[in-house]
Order: sequence, then structure tokens, then C-alpha cells
Amino acid sequence: MSNASGASAGTPSGYLDAASSEPLHPAARDVLSAALERGYADPRRLHGPGRDARLLLDNARAVVAEALGVRADEVTFTSSGTEAVHRGLLGLARARERAGRRLPHSAVEHSAVLHAARWGGDPVELPVDRRGRVRMAALAEEVAAPGTAVLALQSANHEVGTVQPVAEAAAAASASGVPVFVDACASMGRLPLPEGWDAVAGSAHKWGGPAGVGVLVVRKGTWWVNPFPGDDRVDERAGGFENVPAALAAAAALRAVVAERDGVGARQRALVDRVRAAAAAVADVEVVGDPIDRLPHLVTFSCLYVDGEALVTGLDRRGFGVASGSACTSSTLTPSRVLEAMGVLTHGNVRVSLTRSTSEAEVDGFLAALPDVVGDLRAEVGL
Amino acid sequence: MTDDRAGEVAATPADLELDCRGMLCPLPVIELARHHTEVAVGGLVALVTTDVAAATDVPAWCRMRDQEYAGAEAAPDGAVRHLVRRLS
Repeated sequence: MSNASGASAGTPSGYLDAASSEPLHPAARDVLSAALERGYADPRRLHGPGRDARLLLDNARAVVAEALGVRADEVTFTSSGTEAVHRGLLGLARARERAGRRLPHSAVEHSAVLHAARWGGDPVELPVDRRGRVRMAALAEEVAAPGTAVLALQSANHEVGTVQPVAEAAAAASASGVPVFVDACASMGRLPLPEGWDAVAGSAHKWGGPAGVGVLVVRKGTWWVNPFPGDDRVDERAGGFENVPAALAAAAALRAVVAERDGVGARQRALVDRVRAAAAAVADVEVVGDPIDRLPHLVTFSCLYVDGEALVTGLDRRGFGVASGSACTSSTLTPSRVLEAMGVLTHGNVRVSLTRSTSEAEVDGFLAALPDVVGDLRAEVGL
Repeated sequence: MTDDRAGEVAATPADLELDCRGMLCPLPVIELARHHTEVAVGGLVALVTTDVAAATDVPAWCRMRDQEYAGAEAAPDGAVRHLVRRLS
């Protein structure tokens, strides 16, 4: 068993972008190298190496199921979180073709959900409040509207950390017989799954597993129809040759993350509270997202009069890696739809997200650098 | 006879007009911060922008700086004219 508080070898200090990708968990690294030796064969074949690979794949499925508190036959491995989102949402929508094409979703969903909704139905955007939480009155009205196929609601927001009221939303949807797809990529492993979903998606590299592994869970008894060409794999919901070693490593990481989440989460919450207080103390900085009902490892704030790209670059120069939802840091030069939907400042935006081994000293170093970097950039424009 | 001004809404008179067409965020908000005190308290500043982020950032600035966001209107060339009332 690895030491929960020990720094991961190879992760440079100052990496504060775990929400984009968490460094590989030590538990995953050990399993991955062993599984690469044993898990190369086609798990459908009836020879020894095939049976070996099948054993590893089934084991991965069982471990993920146990960590999430679901049945093993509800778990499908995909090639990414995005693919899990696509298969989850679109598979539920396909099964509801006769009910209609409307796909209500919160305005702050990940782009994977938005692209899938546009591709496979008629998206209906649900407004959020200033903290990024979906407005329940609008949601209840839209799920009850005729022609509604599926409700899509994230477990927690990937940019600002706000936890969504999934159980309450699911109760409203279920009253109208509408199934619920939950994008849990931001929270899987870090928080227990919410109640009420029919299909849920996760992404291994966001909890410390390897990239290239997504998890789709479809509740037993849920009507799901493959929205893509079928395949003849071990699992009817999957397409393509399974990455068996990576799935097993992802499962090992998830089990470890769930086992240590109370301790790691409490430590991260304390550090995030410190970031929130220190950032809010800088003049003209607004901390956004729910202060309490939130992801444990992530905090977002916006600094007036500062270019987001310059802020990210300035912090990087001092050794701190953060993300930004500002327009100038996006490939499309449009601001973060999440910040826009919340009605909070989109420029000068910084998202800090802690890895499981981010130390107090790293956070303090970041907080010492922040006012200087912001102050220098403001001085350049005479403010 | 057709009315040439059909569909055109007269611009709300402002005490200061800041033309920020072509500027990207955060420049329009920086211009607003630099110049809004040039009008008297109660006066109206019009900030004309083509930057899509301004639609979120100008109201957010007003909230953070305790000023009043008095709405937006379309300029004849398609730019957006944001109205800000100085409260302090």
C-alpha cells in the first residue's frame, strides 16, 4: 500500500492542474507494468494467454464496480472519458427515440456532453445560478416537456467545482419517466457517485489512472441501445480491442483513491480553503463556485484587468502550472461557457486543482507568487 | 414610402462614449475602469465593444466594483453598446 501523503515520484512540484490530469497513482504504476507483461492477448480467445487477458479484464471490471458501489456487469471500459460520455448519453437517447429527441442539459456541462447532445438530438440548455448550480425549477419544467429523451447533468463542475443536485434532478426526471445521464468525470473516485443516475461516465486519467481509459456504467435494467456500429467484444456496450493493462491499472488507481479519499479529501479541502481566502484577499479578485458543496481538490478565481494567458504564463515562469477558462487561453478565443453561464468574470481566470500529493509548501509558494504576478500584470496596464 | 430608419433604435444618450471596437478582453474592461470616473456620479458611460467576453465581463465588473449595469443595445454596425451608470 502506498503512502497517501507521500509525493509521487516524477511529479514536478508546483503542478496545480490535477483537474486536467492527475499524475499516475503509484498503485496504478505497479499494476500497469505487471499487466503489460500478462495482458497482451485477445480476451475473447480460448487459449491460455487469452484466458489470462480475460481474467485481468474481468478483475478490472470487478475492482471498478466495487470502488463505485455498482454491479460488475454494469461496467464498460471505453477508450476515454469522452467516449464513455458519448456512449452513455447517446445510448440512452437512442433507446428513447420514440419518446423524442429533446436532451435537456445544464449550461455548464463539459464540451463532450454538449457535442454529443448536438450530434444525437435537440439540446435544451438549463440555466445555472451564480455558483454554477443548475436551476431546479427550469430543470423540472424541461424534463416534463413532451418529447424529452434524456436529462444530462454532471455530478460536479469541472471548472468551478460546484456539486450538482443530481438526486433531486433525477427525482424530477423520473416523475416524467426520463432517464438521467451523469457525467462524473470530474468527481469519480474523489466523491461517491450521486443517487439517481441511469448511466454514468468517468475518465481514468482524472483520478490517477492512465489516459486512454474511460468508464461507462449503465444501470442494470436501463434501456440502452448502442448508438454506434456494434462490435463483438466481451462487453456488448464496448467497441474495439480493450486496453486490458490500462484498464487494470485504472481500476487499481480508483480502488486506492477511494480507499484514501477521506484523508486526502480533508487535506485538500483545507488547502483549497486557504487558496480561497488568500485569493479573495487580493484586490479585485473574485473566487467563484460553491464555497462548501464542491469538489475537494479544485478552486477557481478571476482577477480583474488581467489577461488569462499572461497570468498562466507568469505563474508558469514561477513554477506553477494552472489552467484558465479565459477566452485568450482557449483555441476558439471565446470565454469559458461555464463562467459565462454563471455570469462571473471570464478574464483573468485561474483554476487551481490539487493532486493527491500537493503539499502545503507548494500551495503557500503559489499563494506567495500570486499577488506579485497579478500586481505586475496590472502595473503594465497602469491599474 | 419606406422608412430608412425602420428597425433602428435610437442610442441612449451617454455622458461618455468609449469606443472599444476590436479590443479583446480584458482591454474593454480596463478602458472602463480607467475612464468611468470622468463622468459625474449618476452619469452614464457607454462602452462599445466587439469582444464577446464583454457581455459577461462588463456586468461582472459592475457587480465587483459596485457600479450599475444599465443594459446593452446594438450599435448600427453590429457592435454592442454596454451602458454603465457610475454610482460612486
